[in-house]
Amino acid sequence: MISIKNLQASIKDKKILKGIDLEVKAGEVHAIMGPNGSGKSTLASVLAGREDYEVTGGSVEYFGEDLLDLDPEERSQKGIFLAFQYPVEIPGVSTTNFMKTAINKVRESRGEKALDAVNFLKLMKEKMKLVDIDQSLLSRSLNEGFSGGEKKRNEIFQMAMLEPKLAILDETDSGLDIDALKIVADGVNKLKSKDNATVVVTHYQRLLNYIVPDFVHILYKGKIVRSGDKNLASELEEKGYDWIKEEAALV
Amino acid sequence: MSTEEQILEELTSKEYEHGWSVDFEADETPLGINEDIIRFISAKKEEPEWLLEWRLKAFRLWQEMKEPKWVNVSYPKVEFQAIRYYSAPKQDKKPTSLNEVDPELLKTFERLGISLQEQKRLTGVAVDAVIDSVSVATTFKDKLSELGIIFCSFSEAVQEHPELVKKYIGTVVPSNDNYYAALNSAVFSDGSFCYIPKGIRCPMELSTYFRINAANTGQFERTLIIADEDSYVSYLEGCTAPMRDENQLHAAVVEIYAAKNAEVKYSTVQNWYPGDKDGKGGIYNFVTKRGICAGDHSKISWTQVETGSAITWKYPSCILKGNNSVGEFYSVAVTNNYQQADTGTKMVHIGKNTRSRIVSKGISAGKSQNSYRGQVEVIKRAENARNFSQCDSLLMGSLCGAHTFPYIDIKNKTAQVEHEATTSKIGEDQIFYCQQRGIDEETAVALIVNGFAKEVMNKLPMEFAVEAQKLLALTLEGSVG
Ligand SMILES: Nc1ncnc2c1ncn2[C@@H]1O[C@H](COP(=O)(O)OP(=O)(O)OP(=O)(O)O)[C@@H](O)[C@H]1O
Ligand SMILES: [Mg+2]
Repeated sequence: MISIKNLQASIKDKKILKGIDLEVKAGEVHAIMGPNGSGKSTLASVLAGREDYEVTGGSVEYFGEDLLDLDPEERSQKGIFLAFQYPVEIPGVSTTNFMKTAINKVRESRGEKALDAVNFLKLMKEKMKLVDIDQSLLSRSLNEGFSGGEKKRNEIFQMAMLEPKLAILDETDSGLDIDALKIVADGVNKLKSKDNATVVVTHYQRLLNYIVPDFVHILYKGKIVRSGDKNLASELEEKGYDWIKEEAALV
Repeated sequence: MSTEEQILEELTSKEYEHGWSVDFEADETPLGINEDIIRFISAKKEEPEWLLEWRLKAFRLWQEMKEPKWVNVSYPKVEFQAIRYYSAPKQDKKPTSLNEVDPELLKTFERLGISLQEQKRLTGVAVDAVIDSVSVATTFKDKLSELGIIFCSFSEAVQEHPELVKKYIGTVVPSNDNYYAALNSAVFSDGSFCYIPKGIRCPMELSTYFRINAANTGQFERTLIIADEDSYVSYLEGCTAPMRDENQLHAAVVEIYAAKNAEVKYSTVQNWYPGDKDGKGGIYNFVTKRGICAGDHSKISWTQVETGSAITWKYPSCILKGNNSVGEFYSVAVTNNYQQADTGTKMVHIGKNTRSRIVSKGISAGKSQNSYRGQVEVIKRAENARNFSQCDSLLMGSLCGAHTFPYIDIKNKTAQVEHEATTSKIGEDQIFYCQQRGIDEETAVALIVNGFAKEVMNKLPMEFAVEAQKLLALTLEGSVG
């Protein structure tokens, strides 16, 4: 599905990603872990097409296409979804209205007709149930005054609505209470299929008990320094990052 | 004496000297203004003597007045003698139905998305279309007249209801109120007139579409809305103008009178040609709009969406004379490229327990300047007056400007006045968030801007709101990236 080769990116001349290699296939779940500031969100942003970051080297192929050549909205329309670590507030625009605009833009890009009100509401109802989100939250201004957990749940609701091929969840677990964590993880699992893939960025083993990864990667100082299966996450939980840092220092 | 005054005097006296006379068969006057031009207009309209005298008095006052200067608006001098003050569209007789209206005209309306046919059929809106000073299509009049509602062109009202016109004209906006109001009073060509009798709730939105047509024709509409006791009316005014190079002056006057328990809701979408990307051309829009809540428990509510014009100078105001009367002002003003908008409101609290509410949303893009000027005045005997003002500005890019000038003048200690103001920028992270959900940049901006202006947009009647939303997006097209 997506093939990242030697990806390098910087912001304001500061090198942040220093050669990332990652291959994600349909049906897989990948977890990316790593200490604060190692570049996890940067990787997510670069894949989503944020212009602040300058790609200085490497390549990203997505379904055989050069991803880096596409506008952010085109990437989204082609199935890339990013659940933001810090979702943005848009005053005066309800989630409902926002989603209606988004869905119809995506449909338009595929040459499909806009969803009428009835079918849109039907879709909403169905997805609301999936992530157990309240109607009243969706009629409020997007993310404005939402609690941390509500924001994260809203991100997953949007993901459910857009049914992406590649979902990147950037610390969606942080700020969630244990019940919400289960609901969100449950939602993600239900949306999983053999045709889509999920990349979860997280600091905690906890989430990975619910969303079980096929691969775990450790990002440190802009590089993937170690990859393994889900046991790598448990190992990290026990030992912390020091051994990784020491290992990296030796290289 | 300023050069302009000099020219003015020279020209006016010269005309007299040469005994210049007007061809009453003509469909338009020559360029410029003098007493004969005013006589021509008045005669053309077969006006009663008192109205001609009223116009002439206003003209004499205007000649004594000075063109106002504003700090935040700049533009080349208006050449008042280069304007044509009257022109009628080529048309033999007044149509009695849409079928008789010039199809070209109807096509223009359709292009603007405001086909009369459609509106008549779908929305039940009665439309009085003013094209270049003469009313060409009035619909739904019969239905309204059953209720005793008068909704017609101003000229028609002068012919058919002179007593009402005489009683109310100039009572809310006196002809010496300001420079442009005086000019309007002297040369106003046509406009709309509306009277809602006692106890009647007007069952449909009354709507007028104005449009500037022939080149060099300054537009001087005059609108008079009278809501008698216990009545209600919602009135819509919408404007568009075709692209053109020369600046066009527009100086309208709107007067609203609300008697005891009456409510008037006045909504405008203003979309005149703002000039091109370099600031060339565009309409100068100097409007005087004022309403008086004359009776107790009356209410006047202004809602405006201002997207057009090179220069907008407009302060719809309320005089809250009746006890417990309410004034409201909801405004969205968008400026892009080189547009300049200086708009706001004035709430004058005179009666007891009067309340006013001001919500102003300014959006500036390009190199435009957007100023809000609001005045809240509470006179000495106005016990328990309340005002709430909210002024928000949204900036796009770093070359535009937003300015807020609240003036507060309180002479009664029981008054409660609140003012809130915010300034924000459309954030790149907001746009990126939208893009990440498949929404392109233009649509994202439209979405964010409409969200910002929502509180005001919600006040518009449904059929207007959709159009207004599109307009906001259109005005800001190309202002990002
Ligand atoms: N706009 C920016 N300007 C300057 N530095 C930035 C900017 N954005 C990110 N960085 C830097 O890039 C580095 C990587 O940041 P990033 O957000 O990708 O880390 P992360 O791995 O997601 O961390 P966390 O676990 O705390 O979320 C950090 O040192 C950060 O300060
Ligand atoms: Mg991060």
